[in-house]
Amino acid sequence: MGMTITEKILCAHTDLKEVHPGMLINARVDIALGNDITAPIAIKEFKKAGGQRVFDKDKVVLIPDHFAPNKDISAAEQCKMMKEFAVEQKITHYYEVGECGIEHALLPEQGIVVPGDVVIGADSHTCTYGALGAFATGSGSTDLAAAMLSGEAWFKVPESMKIVFSGRLNHWVSGKDLILYLIGLIGVDGALYKALEFTGDTVKDLTMADRLTICNMAIEAGAKNGIFAPDDLTAQYIKSRAKRKYKFYQSDADAVYTKIIDIDVSKIEPQVSFPHLPSNTMGISRVGNVKIDQAVIGSCTNGRIEDLRAAAAVLKNRKVAPFVRLIIIPATPEIYRMAMKEGLFDIFLDAKAVISTPTCGPCLGGYMGILADGERCVSTTNRNFIGRMGHTGSEVYLASPVIAAASAVLGRIAGPDELPKIK
Amino acid sequence: MMHFKGKIWKFNDNIDTDAIIAARYLNTSDPQVLASHLMEDIAPDFVKKIGAGDIIVAGENFGCGSSREHAPIAIKEAGIACVVAKSYARIFYRNSFNMGLPIFESKDLWDIVDNGAMIEVNGDEGCINILGGRTLPIEPIPPFMQELILDGGLMKHLAKKKKG
Repeated sequence: MGMTITEKILCAHTDLKEVHPGMLINARVDIALGNDITAPIAIKEFKKAGGQRVFDKDKVVLIPDHFAPNKDISAAEQCKMMKEFAVEQKITHYYEVGECGIEHALLPEQGIVVPGDVVIGADSHTCTYGALGAFATGSGSTDLAAAMLSGEAWFKVPESMKIVFSGRLNHWVSGKDLILYLIGLIGVDGALYKALEFTGDTVKDLTMADRLTICNMAIEAGAKNGIFAPDDLTAQYIKSRAKRKYKFYQSDADAVYTKIIDIDVSKIEPQVSFPHLPSNTMGISRVGNVKIDQAVIGSCTNGRIEDLRAAAAVLKNRKVAPFVRLIIIPATPEIYRMAMKEGLFDIFLDAKAVISTPTCGPCLGGYMGILADGERCVSTTNRNFIGRMGHTGSEVYLASPVIAAASAVLGRIAGPDELPKIK
Repeated sequence: MMHFKGKIWKFNDNIDTDAIIAARYLNTSDPQVLASHLMEDIAPDFVKKIGAGDIIVAGENFGCGSSREHAPIAIKEAGIACVVAKSYARIFYRNSFNMGLPIFESKDLWDIVDNGAMIEVNGDEGCINILGGRTLPIEPIPPFMQELILDGGLMKHLAKKKKG
């Protein structure tokens, strides 16, 4: 019986000859990741269990990104605790504010995660790295503590679900729209416990940024991981970045899937997820008149340079609507510098947007753009649960960068085609 | 020794971890502080109303969203004895065992039980008894996982095993 790419990667990190769905395995991990919210608990647990040294100082990655630059005293205490642990353990991949970015944008960009890896991260969006052809999944802080001690984690091998994208993408449609559409189709538990494997002839047209966005939101369908098989684009992306050796895996032709879903992308228009679940999606043409107070472009989902370029193309020579705030958050310092050099900051500032330092900030209601009672925000982030970005009476609408940009200009949720032509 | 008797509090499908404990409180990992904000955004005053040993009964996909371990920590610290849901999001499921919070799956309980009812959950034998009503089967917790919960979670369990 053949194996899927997910099964092959997991198997290669054990001493077993083959694995199949449902098996409980102990796997070696290549990267164990924590951030300023989840690492403090893991560090306490690590110490309580009598931990002296982490299993490998090159493989434990600690990123202060959620409430950093420190938003308040409590956040500062958490960041301090993580920094002190990084110093004590001589952690290679600790990034201080100034060189730090949002973890799931920073790790692929810096080549810390590579194809063929097994990655666990105490952050649910760790599944982002599947875009590189790695097995990556979110866990709790205790699993991170155990992995920091032992270099291993236990897994139940997931069943795989295959998503086949075919056809040509419509104008303004990006990876964000494909994943929102899929979540709308199968629901927030549509892939519960499963591996979501993305294939089909459309994949060759997807940029690495699109693939990272798609895998990033696999968790929003309940999946354990999302994954793309590596191809020429992956090879090109990883070549200059990889800090370690890597390996490309492919699913066998006779691999077993619990479900195969065919999606003709030529029928998909830009998508918007209405409050309060990512699965409440509809096409932009059906949205109607939804006035907004704020738009956010950023996060581990859509804070990459491609996202900022797309937003800038819409915002060029236009202005944000009166009484509307547009907050733009480049996800890493490298992205920040590229955006600055390419002149995107001029376009944003001319449009009356504000540009933030890299941080997760408003996505999870931390800071840097919190909503008041009754306020509405269109956001390129990943969750629109009740109270996610602020007051429980506020509303979050999920969409792509071009939708967020056009909406900021018009003051209501809209696509770029609705913008008046510039003379 | 997985035996619980308590009053139930019902919650719907897809209760996410932002609802269980809002992200704005994640600047601490103090269990008591976290417990004081349990379910605050969807059921204000929930913490004031519940008593020690009460049970949460929820629909599908309980604990979806973020990986925050603060969610099972808050539930456990608030005095909730166990959770019975139709299904769980996988990271929450894993975290609950690792934190020592007993959780059970029942596809039927939610549909036939009223908010405020008293139930008995027997995790050893694998059944739920609705007081004055029906008895439903549940998957019992296997002995090694019971041990993990009774030791207070994964790390305490590992530390105990290490001491031997």
